Amino acid sequence: MGRNTLIAALSAALALAGLSLPASARTTQAELKPVPGGFTFEQPVFGRFDQGSLQRGYKVYAEVCSSCHAMDLMYYRNLCQQNGPFFDPKHPNSNEAPICKAIASSIKVPDVDQDTGDATQRPATAADKFRNPFPNKIAAAASNGGAAPPDLSVMARAREGGPQYIYSLLTGYVSPPAGLTVPAGKYYTPYFPGDLGSAWTGAKDKVPQGGFISMPFQLSPDRVTFDDGTKSTTDQEAKDVATFLAWTAEPKQTERKEAGLAVMIYLLLLAGVLYVSYRTIWRNVSH
Amino acid sequence: MVDTANAESHLKDDPSRRDFIHIAAVTGAVGGVAALAWPLVDQMNPSGDTLALATVEYDFSKVALGQQVSINWRGKPVFIRHRTPAEIAKAVADDHAAMPDPQTDEARVKPGKADWLVLVGVCTHLGCVPGFGGGEYGGWLCPCHGSVYDTSGRIRHGPAPKNLAVPDYAFTGPTKVKIG
Amino acid sequence: MSGHPPSTYEPKTGIERWLDARLPIVRLAVDLMDFPTPKNLNYWWTFGGILAVCLVTQIVTGVILAMHYVPNADMAFNSVEHIMRDVNYGWLVRYIHANGASMFFLAVYIHMARGMYYGSYKAPREVLWLLGCIIYLLMMATAFMGYVLPWGQMSFAGAVVITSLFSAFDQVIPGLGTAITTWLWGGFAVGGATLNRFFSLHYLLPFMIAGVVVLHIWALHVPGNNNPTGVEVKSKQDTLPFHPYYTVKDGFAIVAFFVLFAWFVFFAPEALGHVDNQTPANPLVTPAHIVPEWYFLPFYAILRSIPQKLFGVLAMFGSIGMLFALPWLDTSKVKSMRYRPSARIFFLLFVATTVLLGWCGGKEPDDMVMTMGHTATGDPTGFSVVWFSRILAVYYFAYFLLVLPILGLRETPTQVPANISTPVLGGAAMPAGSAAQAEKKG
Repeated sequence: MGRNTLIAALSAALALAGLSLPASARTTQAELKPVPGGFTFEQPVFGRFDQGSLQRGYKVYAEVCSSCHAMDLMYYRNLCQQNGPFFDPKHPNSNEAPICKAIASSIKVPDVDQDTGDATQRPATAADKFRNPFPNKIAAAASNGGAAPPDLSVMARAREGGPQYIYSLLTGYVSPPAGLTVPAGKYYTPYFPGDLGSAWTGAKDKVPQGGFISMPFQLSPDRVTFDDGTKSTTDQEAKDVATFLAWTAEPKQTERKEAGLAVMIYLLLLAGVLYVSYRTIWRNVSH
Repeated sequence: MVDTANAESHLKDDPSRRDFIHIAAVTGAVGGVAALAWPLVDQMNPSGDTLALATVEYDFSKVALGQQVSINWRGKPVFIRHRTPAEIAKAVADDHAAMPDPQTDEARVKPGKADWLVLVGVCTHLGCVPGFGGGEYGGWLCPCHGSVYDTSGRIRHGPAPKNLAVPDYAFTGPTKVKIG
Repeated sequence: MSGHPPSTYEPKTGIERWLDARLPIVRLAVDLMDFPTPKNLNYWWTFGGILAVCLVTQIVTGVILAMHYVPNADMAFNSVEHIMRDVNYGWLVRYIHANGASMFFLAVYIHMARGMYYGSYKAPREVLWLLGCIIYLLMMATAFMGYVLPWGQMSFAGAVVITSLFSAFDQVIPGLGTAITTWLWGGFAVGGATLNRFFSLHYLLPFMIAGVVVLHIWALHVPGNNNPTGVEVKSKQDTLPFHPYYTVKDGFAIVAFFVLFAWFVFFAPEALGHVDNQTPANPLVTPAHIVPEWYFLPFYAILRSIPQKLFGVLAMFGSIGMLFALPWLDTSKVKSMRYRPSARIFFLLFVATTVLLGWCGGKEPDDMVMTMGHTATGDPTGFSVVWFSRILAVYYFAYFLLVLPILGLRETPTQVPANISTPVLGGAAMPAGSAAQAEKKG
């Protein structure tokens, strides 16, 4: 009885600890919970990216987001690496993949002239980082009403809800409820964290969820033309770019899940063999 | 002690089963550790960003005749030398002279581009960077231990065993060379 | 049973005899493997071995991460991402290290709870217990400094809050706390100098842990293992040689533990982390809701439950200090709670208390455990987290300072078996049935 009680108590304790974890990770801000975008790649074991969606997502980033948002941790070669948007088994070396070389060379990045030391522009190479739209953070803030657009490299890991949050935010702009004063240069969305108490003139216990964001609504049907013929709706654009950002946040996640499956099978087999070995050795010990 | 002895004697009754399952367990564990060792070793190999910079392109239009530039390739100096006809003639004339690592000058340049000599500027002795213009062959002299290279970058005397290495390179345009 | 039995090692070859006369290291290894171990140890005892594996894992992966990490405030965040993206298998090594810390604490908490339940801290094992407490303190320091290294927002906030605890000493001697924090920071705030020294210490402390672990094992091998009955080993009949009996049992438990570990590493690597740490540290902005890693939450809750700064800090350190005093607070002559029915209930309450304190630590103090109404401005009123953690903190301290000292003098334990083998073999001296029943699965 003694040991059973202990086991029961500790299991209960661990279960409680488990329950408390998501709670501890959650913030108390009163933004709306993101809507699930049907992102099957989020499934912990078998979730995989759809390459077509990643390619479309890159296009949305390149044609819409990249005019304001940097991705300082991403290089053009990353697009062609294993499990990336433009990975082609014929070109396993992402540095030499023609698609990435072509993507890079169509973009001009700043450089320093080797002879004069002057600032100059040159076509990017696959080894270059994604072009930063602004020379520095101050310029980024100055060009955007004082709010520097955040770097998107790990955005999907840096917000509760990840890709669901990005998808919800991009599609969730609504007209502000009556009684909410939206400051100049700001936009209301219920998915953006914030505290609207001071901008709310209605009932004190009915402060709307969400916050003010400096980014205007960006996506619209056919804002981006998809090369694979997928119909370019706002919803599709948002889903694809959220998928792309989920990939950039951790480009090695497919490798991780694949390795994990092999490791799990190995560990379970080894545990089984060890258990039999243990029972064999202890067979005649009364304990 | 009694039941310990019992246990042991009983195990001895059935050696095949005992052997198989324990050997399987130990083999499985050792195999797992060995498999885990690879990532722990491989992490010290060049990382993705290092590999991405394994190739450099250089525009040599501004390198005048008789001049050379040193560019950084994979963390090592690469000499791109615009050779004068006199330097080339001197190198070709010595093609069949006795040297530690015999090689013709032609084999060390691209066809029709004998005026461009591309070398990894690392002495084959112990890795110092040789300087141009020293030594009696009009080529490079290594400051560390006095290895002397000729105008083709071939070792002529001194402790170095090999000629200065010619990297993989290709002319990608009229004034462009890609190294690596 | 005290100390090792006479050594059974007999060097066979000339080289073995030569080495044995000069450095008897083979003899040491053989004697450790032959060490007579109580035969009734259950799975709770495998966590010692699991912890040894955790320590080795953390040191090996940590040394590797240090090959790629840059302890510079401008580059630390990106160097971690460089490990995740470009270093070969860097993601694997980093995820093992980051989740390994959580696994380490999970195992150490189970190990400590096992020691508390079965009275493993009592004579003659007080020094063994104290060394364990020192290891735990060093682990907390190491984990805290390690969490700062990725230099995300939560790293930074954690460094600020924990180092600022020392500023409470300003309330003892004005200026003392400020002097200490300035010294810790190497500046007027947490910054690059702080990061660099934390990196140095984070690298050093695990080796100190390893040293104390050697002492811990030494101190274990003098009295030998405690066991679920709490009755000391009386004869050879009570024991088995460590190898192969416990190597295989520990081995199985370690692999089973690895299944859980691997689940986190491969399938939920950031479940135990916090999203705010994916934003580079910014001294000008603090995240809206800062929480420490889960393994510190109970102590964090105790800290916040007391509104006065100095006493909050003292209570937090005191809650850890209780562990050091434990061997002298428990007055019971019976080691194992298997034979202390009432102590068992208080112990389970204590475990539940620490878990609930952890839950409180993850909440905002003004959050409601039970909402009973709303104020005019719409804020909820009722039983708040801060009050809940106060009640829990009171029980936490009462368990050490009141329950254990008094209960040992007043309770009536059930009959303790005469020796380990008797209940095991189903002999006449069977106690209240409970032990034997539980034992069969052991």
